[in-house]
Amino acid sequence: MESILGRYRNLIILVGVLFLQVLGLAVQVKRSADAENTRLIRIWAVSAITPLERGLVWVQNGAGSLWHNYFYLRGVRAENRQLKEQIEQMRLEQVRLSEDAAQAHRLQALLAFKEQFVSKTVAAQVIGSSGSDSSRILYIDKGENDGLARDMAVVTADGIVGKVLQVFPSVSQVLLINDQSSGVGAILEKSRLQGVLKGTANGEVMLERLMSDEQVQTGETVLTSGGDQIFPKGLPVGTVAHVGGGKSLFLNVRIRPAANLSKLEEVLVVTEKQERQATAEDTVRMRAADILAQRLPSVPEKPATPEPNAALGNPAGAANATAPAGSGAAKPVTVPGPQLGIANKVQNPPATKPNGAGIPPTAKAPGASAATSIHEVGNTSTPGATVPGEPVKSRVSKPAASPASAAGTTGAPKTAAGTTPPRASEVSKPGASPASAPAGTTGTPKTAPGTKPPNASGTKPSGSQTKPPAMPNPAPTQPNPQPPANDDGPH
Amino acid sequence: MPITYTSEEQIEVYRFSVPVTVGVPLLALFLQAFLPRRFPFLAYIDLPLLVTIFFAMARRNPISGLLTGAVIGLVQDSLGGHPIGLYGIAKTVVGFGASSLGVKLDVENAGARLLLTLGFYLVHGVVYFTVARGMVNMTLNWSWGWSVLAGLANAMLGVVLFWFLDKFKQRT
Repeated sequence: MESILGRYRNLIILVGVLFLQVLGLAVQVKRSADAENTRLIRIWAVSAITPLERGLVWVQNGAGSLWHNYFYLRGVRAENRQLKEQIEQMRLEQVRLSEDAAQAHRLQALLAFKEQFVSKTVAAQVIGSSGSDSSRILYIDKGENDGLARDMAVVTADGIVGKVLQVFPSVSQVLLINDQSSGVGAILEKSRLQGVLKGTANGEVMLERLMSDEQVQTGETVLTSGGDQIFPKGLPVGTVAHVGGGKSLFLNVRIRPAANLSKLEEVLVVTEKQERQATAEDTVRMRAADILAQRLPSVPEKPATPEPNAALGNPAGAANATAPAGSGAAKPVTVPGPQLGIANKVQNPPATKPNGAGIPPTAKAPGASAATSIHEVGNTSTPGATVPGEPVKSRVSKPAASPASAAGTTGAPKTAAGTTPPRASEVSKPGASPASAPAGTTGTPKTAPGTKPPNASGTKPSGSQTKPPAMPNPAPTQPNPQPPANDDGPH
Repeated sequence: MPITYTSEEQIEVYRFSVPVTVGVPLLALFLQAFLPRRFPFLAYIDLPLLVTIFFAMARRNPISGLLTGAVIGLVQDSLGGHPIGLYGIAKTVVGFGASSLGVKLDVENAGARLLLTLGFYLVHGVVYFTVARGMVNMTLNWSWGWSVLAGLANAMLGVVLFWFLDKFKQRT
């Protein structure tokens, strides 16, 4: 017996070691659903390897930064000029997009959709990979200590990258979307077809579960659908690179990822998503009479003389917004002027402002002109702006504040009182929709949270009000004494 | 020069210092994790496998070879996202085979090293593919042409690497 053991010692040890590993593998495969536990060997391996990677990346970045920031400054002046021009163009684009976003939020509120936003991200640097082409894994230099957790979405400005698979104290493992164990809910931008994004063994990204009778165009953009509960809806994934007939009922759709997965340097980890129910009750409650009142042509009010302090853009003057006549409870309210101005600038860009055709103006109290003067900045070419500021006020009036509704309103329709105007950042950034703007109104016709934030006149624009139907404006056109729009806005 | 040995006396067994024993595999694993991110084509090079083959052939001890392969493979598995053991099993087999062949063949010869490394690369690929498909149900594509090409690239790099690592050998 001993001689046999001695003779086949090597072979027995080999079989024993292999058996142990197969056993360990089988246990892991069986427990694959329970992915919560991180194997100790992983922690040790990551602790041994990642400090070296982190150090090397640090040295590399230091050398690169020294070169680029201190020595290689050729063309910086020209680049600076180009970037400034680009900023100007992007500002214009931002104004246009914020108007679109506001409209989208209004519609979401109208349909009581749940909104999801990326509210907090952590920037991280890629320090390494798994080193194997069968496992598409990245290591980033942020971990549990930085607030990262499993299943957090990892994105770049170009598109999604993957999700956090394992979290260690100062390092995290990211599973790329082209790994074959990855899965992302995706939707085609134009055709709205939904599928599941999966990686393949050779690192390609395929969109699965699309029926073969569907029409998918090459080049169509693919977005996240939000169905996986990891990636917020609407993030870019990539474009359709190839559409082929599948073996079975499904199409073979190959996706070209928007983010360059093989050359990632920095990524953003979405550590916080915000989800809220857009309240639509106020928007829905709009009465048919109110809508009609906005659409019918009307006789404009007599032009009012704007207050001098308002013309100068005095915040105090701007703050004296009052309720529309007929409410009987007009109260001057104090609203921070600069914030108001910024908010209005973003919410009501001159380029997209409706001309207010046929929208009946409301009576105004002193001080309202000041508020509207802020609102009307840049509206010099608006033919419907018969009174400085006033038509805008009526255009954006809440239904309850319009003549049709104000007549029957027995309560005190709130104006800007108690309505905190949102800051510009809240309005412009995607993480904060107008729906989230604190309404704060307690009166009967309160400001709808799902609509635009109130302007100085204490009224709010609604979807139908912002985009009035095109019809001839019977109101006589008067020159608008307001200064043209500028980026700073009145303060 | 004879390719095969006729007696135990002709075999030269080498050993390595502790820093080399620990540091070289660690460095190989580190480079394997770091370099493909900068140069994606380097993902086809398996430095930990080359190091496993080198240590196994130099020590000429099957137990030592299989254990070296097992440890390096398991650490490599730990850096990936799949269950631990896929590379471990494949490299255990390679370590055992390389050290067993090292007893019988002249593994100091560059040509022999090239062929052996190519062979072990293919063995490693087959074992990995079998275990990954059979046990973990991973979808992998196997192509002989691609595997032979990648094996040749690894073998050529191996010849250079082994020549460099020969300098750390210490006679027992």
